Amino acid sequence: MDKSFQIERFCHIRDNRILLNGETIFETDQTDFSSFIKAAYKTLDVDYSKFFKMDNLSKLAFMSADILLKNETEKNVALVLSNKASSLDTDRKHQKSIADSTNFYPSPSVFVYTLPNICLGEISIKHGLYSENAFFVFDKFNPSALLDYTNSLLHIGGTEKVLCGWVDFDNGKYDAFLYVVAKKGTFAHTTKELIRLY
Amino acid sequence: MDKVYLSHNNIVSAYGFDSISAVAQITNEVSSLRRTEDTTILPQPFFSSRIQKESLEAKYSSLNPQEKHTRLEKMFVVSLSDTISSSNMKLTKRVGLIISTTKGNIDALEKNNQFSDERAYLGILGEKIQNFFGFKNEAIVLSNACVSGALAVAIAKRYINQGRFDHVFIVGGDLVTQFILSGFNAFQALSDEPCRPYCKSRSGINIGEVATSVLVTKDKTGLVNEAVVVLGEASCNDANHISGPSRTGEGLFRSVERALKKARSNPDDIDFISAHGTATMFNDEMEAIAFNRLGLQETPLNSLKGYFGHTLGASGLLETIIGMHSLNQNTLFVSKGFQELGVSQPLNIIEQNTKKEIKTFLKTASGFGGCNTAVIFQKVKL
Repeated sequence: MDKSFQIERFCHIRDNRILLNGETIFETDQTDFSSFIKAAYKTLDVDYSKFFKMDNLSKLAFMSADILLKNETEKNVALVLSNKASSLDTDRKHQKSIADSTNFYPSPSVFVYTLPNICLGEISIKHGLYSENAFFVFDKFNPSALLDYTNSLLHIGGTEKVLCGWVDFDNGKYDAFLYVVAKKGTFAHTTKELIRLY
Repeated sequence: MDKVYLSHNNIVSAYGFDSISAVAQITNEVSSLRRTEDTTILPQPFFSSRIQKESLEAKYSSLNPQEKHTRLEKMFVVSLSDTISSSNMKLTKRVGLIISTTKGNIDALEKNNQFSDERAYLGILGEKIQNFFGFKNEAIVLSNACVSGALAVAIAKRYINQGRFDHVFIVGGDLVTQFILSGFNAFQALSDEPCRPYCKSRSGINIGEVATSVLVTKDKTGLVNEAVVVLGEASCNDANHISGPSRTGEGLFRSVERALKKARSNPDDIDFISAHGTATMFNDEMEAIAFNRLGLQETPLNSLKGYFGHTLGASGLLETIIGMHSLNQNTLFVSKGFQELGVSQPLNIIEQNTKKEIKTFLKTASGFGGCNTAVIFQKVKL
């Protein structure tokens, strides 16, 4: 029964490039993430001022989701994301702000991003999604765990589509592979195909 | 579709090392929140509930560990070993492991911590627990803010329904750390007295520490007396704000509505609500609005934060387990710390332990990122 769902479209963000369904839609020489994602924001016409308040993980997840959901009319889209580093990039920032009692400056606007699922909130707010959320952490991309959970949401969870995938930001390195699973699509929703597309 | 049950369970807390110890003290209306002075965590004194260190070490050592574990791993190992051994379950390929935590071994980032920074990766925490018991499947770590514990139950059920597993062990927990306390303090969300959910005089949260575990199974044989069946579950985002709850309670309203629909239940079928009730101004008000929109304002309701504080990644599971015992004892437990209603809409807060025939309860949770989860449980042995 797992074969009854398909992947509609997918997006990669890695190595200074953004790809939609395997085709490059943005590329730059900027090697650091903040310049790269800022350039992408401008070129891809995102126009969402809250973007600049987000932490790196949220920016990465938000950008991938925005590319995939831009023309999506279905609102019952569950969000199932995963990564390796959780929110460690921002965790380290918060830890730095509290490590020295003579230089103690914890900030609510940093602390709130010390949870990996905050990026799901950012995506939900932008796209008006009152839907199922889950954020998993694995040592590496785990297509079969994502596949079974996504299928369960589509089978019994009353969900129409699932935005699913991997979004990792760690020590300046970034890697996003997000995809939309629906009843009809272009690619098979199988572990094998997910490994191939990733 | 297979029915899915919650059965063998354990709570490692300041009350002791099993669920019964915690339930007994709650029955006596005794809170485990204590005034704590620990400047390595917070410059000023704070109220918290923490697991007794020496007893934890003794329990942990008796399990013959073969490698060094962090404090959180020790808590997980102690809790899960009780649940696994009492269930007599063989850990085959059909048995899954879900770990529910918001921050895991976040203390590994501290300068003086004996473990390397690497230990803060949640995947490593998963691997340590998986290896200790010899689970055949990779641990699935769920980190979804304060709904993690309740959502882990929903996810275990869905994996079983989908056929991935026949049984799932969930273990949930978080530490009381400087990382967490300094953050909530920066939000000015900490109370400097034991918290008072839904009360007019409430002034914020306390952070507490537990590890808790449960067996989720489709097998009806060998269930414990307090076992429950999961009738329905749902999780909905507020799509409103990342740190503030929705003013209309939208996500919570929708979560409960969908959980009721899946359970084929009406609001009248719910005998009590085990709510989130963190005792912040905004959270409790949001819940009151959502429950009124659902017509649940007359339904007896408690928050257990007055006993344990907010135990973060454990809370939803911890409160589910107490709810199971509440059904089994046919007792509605007092919502500790409450004196006078301090939300804008009516709620039926449980003010006295009450003996009553009860069958069904609703567990709700809400958290940062705008997430909300609702799960409806019914006792098996009616």
